[in-house]
Formats: sequence, C-alpha cells, structure tokens
Amino acid sequence: MRKILKYILLDILRNKIVLAYTLFLLAITFTVFGLEDSTQKGLLSLLNLILFIVPLVCIIFATIYIYNSAEFIELLVSQPLKRKNIWLSLFGGLAGALSFAFIIGAGLPVLFFERSATGLMMVLMGVLISVIFVAIAMLAAVSTRDKAKGIGLAILLWLYFSLMFDGLVLFILFQFADYPLERLMVGISALNPVDLARILILLKMDVSALMGYTGAIFKDFFGTDKGSFISVLVMLLWIFLPFMYSLRKFKRKDL
Amino acid sequence: MIEAVNLSKSFGKLRVLNNVTFTSNIGECTALIGPNGCGKTTLIKCMLGMVVPDSGTLRFKNENISTGWVYRSMIGYMPQIGRYPENMKIGQVIDMLADIRNQNAPLDEDLINSFGLRKLYNKRMGNLSGGTMQKVSASIAFLFNPDVLILDEPTAGLDPMASEILKEKILAERNKGKLFLITSHILSELDDIVSHIVYMQEGSIIFYKTLEALKTEVGETKLSKAIAHFMSNTTA
Amino acid sequence: MKKVLFSILIAICCALQAEGRVMHVGSAQAFKSVSAAVADALSGDTILVDYGVYHEGNLVIDKSVTLRGVGLPVIDGEHKFENVSIKADGVVLDGFKICNSGISGIIDFAGIKIYNRHYVSVKNNVIEDCFFGIYSQYCINCTIKNNRLAAHQQHEQQSGNGIHCWKSDSMQIIGNNISGHRDGIYFEFVTNSVIWRNVSEKNMRYGLHFMFSNSDTYASNVFENNGAGVAVMFSNHVKMFHNYFKENWGDGAYGILLKEISDSYIDGNVFERNTSGIFIEGASRIEMYRNSFKDNGWALKIQASCMDITLRDNNFCGNTFDVGTNGSLVLNNFDHNYWDKYEGYDLDRNRVGDIPYRPVSMYSKIVEKYPPAMILFRSLITSLMDKSEKVVPSLTPENLKDNHPLMFKVPL
Repeated sequence: MRKILKYILLDILRNKIVLAYTLFLLAITFTVFGLEDSTQKGLLSLLNLILFIVPLVCIIFATIYIYNSAEFIELLVSQPLKRKNIWLSLFGGLAGALSFAFIIGAGLPVLFFERSATGLMMVLMGVLISVIFVAIAMLAAVSTRDKAKGIGLAILLWLYFSLMFDGLVLFILFQFADYPLERLMVGISALNPVDLARILILLKMDVSALMGYTGAIFKDFFGTDKGSFISVLVMLLWIFLPFMYSLRKFKRKDL
Repeated sequence: MIEAVNLSKSFGKLRVLNNVTFTSNIGECTALIGPNGCGKTTLIKCMLGMVVPDSGTLRFKNENISTGWVYRSMIGYMPQIGRYPENMKIGQVIDMLADIRNQNAPLDEDLINSFGLRKLYNKRMGNLSGGTMQKVSASIAFLFNPDVLILDEPTAGLDPMASEILKEKILAERNKGKLFLITSHILSELDDIVSHIVYMQEGSIIFYKTLEALKTEVGETKLSKAIAHFMSNTTA
Repeated sequence: MKKVLFSILIAICCALQAEGRVMHVGSAQAFKSVSAAVADALSGDTILVDYGVYHEGNLVIDKSVTLRGVGLPVIDGEHKFENVSIKADGVVLDGFKICNSGISGIIDFAGIKIYNRHYVSVKNNVIEDCFFGIYSQYCINCTIKNNRLAAHQQHEQQSGNGIHCWKSDSMQIIGNNISGHRDGIYFEFVTNSVIWRNVSEKNMRYGLHFMFSNSDTYASNVFENNGAGVAVMFSNHVKMFHNYFKENWGDGAYGILLKEISDSYIDGNVFERNTSGIFIEGASRIEMYRNSFKDNGWALKIQASCMDITLRDNNFCGNTFDVGTNGSLVLNNFDHNYWDKYEGYDLDRNRVGDIPYRPVSMYSKIVEKYPPAMILFRSLITSLMDKSEKVVPSLTPENLKDNHPLMFKVPL
C-alpha cells in the first residue's frame, strides 16, 4: 500500500495542474494580503477562495485524475493487491497532494501574515475542504463509467454544495418563517461541509458579532469549543462517508 | 487448481456468462475458444478479480477469489489490449510492478531480452505501437515466474518473429508444468501448444475436452479443422 | 449654550466670594481628620488636606467649604461607607483619591454624592473601586470635571454607574475619564446640561446612558469598547457633536442606540468598528450631517418607525452593511452622502453620481425579516442575490435611496 501511494503521489506532484494550482493560490494570497489594508479584510477575501475555488479545483482535478488513471487502476487490480488498498492509495495520494498544494499556496502565507486562531482555523478548514471534495470526487468518478458524465456530475455536486444548498436553505427559511428555525439551521448546516467551514471561520473572526446579532444560537453552538469539535467531527464524517461509499462501489466495479 | 462453479455475469441486460462451470489443473494448457463476444475475456477477467461475477464461485487453489487477493501473485496475465499509464515509461512500469509485487525469487527476464525491450525502456507507454505494447504485456506476464499464465489473444498484433519467440516461451514454460489458459482466434497456432479445449458460445461452455479426444471424435488431425467440423455439426 | 456659560460665571463668582480661613489637615497638622476640620470650619473656609490615608467613615460636608487635597490624599470607604456626602451649596472637592465605597443592593453608595445642591464643583479626583462614582440628585449647576473614575467589578448587579445624575439641571460633565462601571455616565431627568470631552470606556453596559433628559449637549466625547455602546432614549432636543463611538463590538452592541428621540442633531461624529453604528427606532426630526461611519457591521439600522430623519454629507466606508431597515415605508431622506460601495458613474463630472445608490442590500433585508438567514452570512448565494438585486430591485424598499450619492469622500 505504501508503495502504491508513493507512485500515485509522485505522479500527481509531477502533474503541472497541481503546480499551477499552488502558484495560483500563492499569487492570490499574496495579492490579497498586499492589497487589503488590514489582515482581517485579507482573511475575509481569502474566505471566498477557500469556500469556492478550493472545492472546485479539488473535485474537478480529482475526478479527472481518476478517469485518467483507469489504465493504471486496471493494471494494479490484476496484480496481487487488495482493491481497498488501491482505492485508499488513490485517495491518499489525491488528498495528500491537494492538501499539500493548499498548505504551500495558502496555508503558509496565511500563517505568516496572520498567526492567530482565525488563521489557523482557516488553514484547517482549507485542508478539510480539500480532502472532503476529493472524497466526493471519488464517489462521483466511481459512479459512472463515462468520463464526461462523471465530470458533469462533479461540477453539479460542487454547484450544489456552494450554491444550490444555500438556496434551498433560504427557501426553507422563507416557507417556514413562522417557526423558530435557529436550532434547525444549526442541524441543516451539518449537511453541507462548505457551510460548516464558512461558519467556523466566521465565528473565529470579529464579524462573528454580526452572526450573534440575530440569534445567539449560532454562536452558542459553533462558537464554543464543544461546538467546533462537533463541527470538525461532522466534517471528518463528510470525508469518511463518501469515501467508504465510493470504496464499496469500487470493490464491486467491473474493469 | 482453477475451479469455476455456476459462474454468471450480466452487463445490464446482456448475459455474458451463463452458469459456467469448469476446472483446470496444473500442467494443463487449456485453450478458450469461441466466437466474438462469447464471454472468454469476461471469464478471464473474473479469474483475475477485475470483473465481479453476479453469482457462482471461483476458486483458485481452494482460495475463494471474491475474498482473496494473494492468489493473484501466482498468476501472470497478458491482456488482450494492454492498458498502461500513458505518461509512464516502459522501464518505470516494469520497475514499479517489480517493486509492488516485491517477490524475492529472481525475475524471468527472458522475454524482455529476446524482444529487445531494454533499448526501449525510456519510451512512454502512450507512444508505443500496438505490437510493442503486446511485447511489454507478454514480458510482464512471464516476469514473476507465475504458476499460472492467463494469456488473452497473445499473438494478436505481434509480428511473426515475436510471435514465434512467444510461442517458444509458452512451450518452454508449459514443459515446466505450468498451467496455461489461452484464448485465441488463430487456431493453427494452438495446435502444438494446448492439451485441452474449452469451447464457449453465448456465455455457456459448449464442451470441455482434451485435444486428443476432440480430434478423435471428429476424425480430424488439425485443431482448426476439428473446430470447424464441430461448428458445422452443431449449427446444422 | 448661553445659559451654560452664565451658570459657569455664577459658579466662579461664588467661589471668589467664599474667601475665608485656610485650615490644614494631616498627620503633622492641627487637624488629624477631615471630618474634624469640617466640623470646625465655617462656610467659605478652605481646608487643605496633606497626603495620607483617611478613614473618615461617611464624611459629610454640610458647609460651603473648599476641600483641596495636596499630593492626592486618600479617603477610604473601607467597603462600608459612602466616602463623601456633599450636603451644602458651593462645595469644592478637589484633588482627592476616593476609594472602596460600600456596595449594597439597597442603598446607592457612592464615592461622592451630592444631595439637592447648587454650584458644587468636584474636580481632579481619582475615584477607584467605588460602587457609584459621583452621584448627583436634584442638583443644579454643578461641575464635575477632570476626574478619573475606575472600577473593577465583574458583575453588572454589583456595580454602579460612574457619573450618575438624576433629576438635575445645568450640569457640566467635563474631561472625566470613566471605566469599569456599569454605565459610564448616566443621565435621567437631567436638562440643559453639557457632557464635554469625557472618555468613557470599558464599562459593562453603556458608555453613556441617557433617558428622559431634554435639551442636553454632548460633544467631543470618546465612547469606546463599552458592553453595549451608548443609549440615548426618550429625550428631545439633544445635540451630539463630534463624538467618537468606537469598538462597541459584540452581540447587541451599538455605537448609539437611539430610541424615541426627536428634534435632535447628530453632527460630525465618528462611528468606527461597532456592531451597529447607529440603531434608531421611533425617532423623528433628526438631522445627521457630516458623520463618518467606518468598518461597522451595520452602519445604520433605521427602523420603519422613524420619520423625518435627514442624512447628508456622511461618509460610509468599509461597513459590512450600510443601512438595515425592517419595513418598506421610508419617510426619511438620504441625500449627498458618500458610499464606498457605490458603483455608479459621474458623466457630467459634477462629483455627484448620476444614478441613485440603494444602501439597503437584499441580504440585509432578508436577515431583518428572517433572522436565522444570518447563517448564510458571506455565502456565495447571498452575494449573488445582492448583485442581482442591484440590477433589478425587487425586495429592497423602492424609495430608500440616495439620489445624489457623492463620488468622493466628504472631507471631515
């Protein structure tokens, strides 16, 4: 398993897209911290990067990579290797490489410019989001044999998590405005890792007061150590569940 | 050694394998023959764990294939169309496989040498011709001295010289008592090699006989003629 | 203003008139305690107190004397007493350190309490860890100047206000520094008074708490980092000039909370980094000119119960939301303000934007109506909605707009 992981990691790190992604992140972080007059504002701009760009790149790159490795996977499967180990290595390689790219491109600059709880939370969330979307990508890629369909599905999933889900939340809010929804909202946010990451980061920033403004529940839950711990646990579940489901599918897949 | 019991597999509505049952033992050299799309490749892929059968069991030295994976270290497989990571070089693929399988026994590099692959070690897999690809596949199949060799259309795409090299290698290994499972359309090639014939049609095994039995049954000395005879009999 | 100046003049005249004996208090002096000196003094006398720690119990000053500390003598209330009770007109208390007053849930113990008096002056004192700092009830024309008040209580219930004025008139609260109390400055039923150049910070509740107090002016004060900012309620004819409302950041904190205010002026103030710069409710006839709103959560939350509020020549920069409102009826007038979020153009180069600016974003409107929507703060969908709403307004109030948004900041 360690050997397969080594070959996959080497292959991904050699990939020019990962290098371009790292440079892109670097360029953005440095521009943001250079342009904005306060690091707080810089962090706010970076928030969008972590919530939209990182998931998009991770899910698309991972999906395409898996389709492009079809031959490689086929070759490995005919070897005396467990399918589970092959799939785990692929996941480990992708998640490791993309997290590494994120840490180099965004994590280190953030920690350099803003060595605070906020910065740390941001890097942690960025890494978690990267890994989550790799897991989701693997599920998308294993679900259909057709590459175009698979990439389409990946884009759709990204759109769902970063836009459509929130639209749905708004819809629920409008429809059930007469009911006390705060508590429900906390639960619903667990269904979208992007929302969880956004809330956890915002609550570490001083704009958090705005979130406490309308209902203390968000802050009382997400703002406490226990709440953050549970949220991170839920995010780990967001890695575990899609990956386990994709593994189950991969084990039964005909090559 | 290889034992299939009631193996069935469908791709969608298409039933590719239909209650296939057969056994193949060490020292045998079995030819899998039959018309296109009769399920030969699927059966082979089932044995390698690449295709998961819907029902039935496959055992390899009494190890159930669906749960095990170690058995694959005893198999050398040459696919019909080799598919390799395009951006890897021949040398890298071979090194990687050697690294992953991590066998202590010395490697059998006869084919690599006789095909002259070493000169091509720096070529990328994506740029290879079909024939060279087949040479790589064949070399890899024999590389780890496996007890069982599964060759899917081994000579398709090979030039006559390479074809002859491969055939000789097969004969040599067969004489060492290895189990061979070969599919081929070129029946004349199989004459000197195989000891058993499995004939498949529409996902079912029509017969499973020794070559001698088949020849005496239909009164032909050549395999190709024997099969042709048989086919005309069954369709008639 | 004239009235105020006049009262200051009177106070000075009184002080001049009261020229009398000079008495000394100190360990090496004739009087060992302040109360002994006061008992012996006549109105108009001056008592000079040397440095030392005095345990006077409750020191009652019932004669019009001037008490002056030399080297900041300490009057310790031992956590049991009201340190100084002023019960005579024209008393001057200058240069003492007053600490450790009693704390009670029933009696409003204060470091210095002025009972129903005129022309009392309390200045240059340091008041530490008192329940209430300086307390004035039914007083007219008193001056509270250059005092430094600090308390370190942890709970609102166990802490009184810094400068507390109740049913008073023509008070001058000038140049004091107040921190750690419940409310920094508390005004209830106080009229015609001035609050000028004070710094009120880190108080538990409000920096300034102001109720039923008409015709007062507060100018050039700094209110910083108070639990809930500043509250000005149920008053009219209030003038707020050049104050600095800063860092009142937290759940339910405001730069100013304005409630039921009318006929008032809010000019030249700076609101920086408050959760809400101004929260305004039930107010009418208020003119807000040349204020600067910077880096607030909401610069201005204006409820539909407000009318005739005029905003002109204000700068709005770096606020998360510029204006929030809860209704669609708008009876207020926004004009000639600078908004950093304005994306319009100025073709005729008259430094005024050619298309109106709508300061209420769709998302802020949604949050106002459906508070749990705050969970979508800074999500992609809300920013997309705001963008599309800018193009085709549908939900935001049609006539809440600045028809002449400025292209450049108002120089302030």
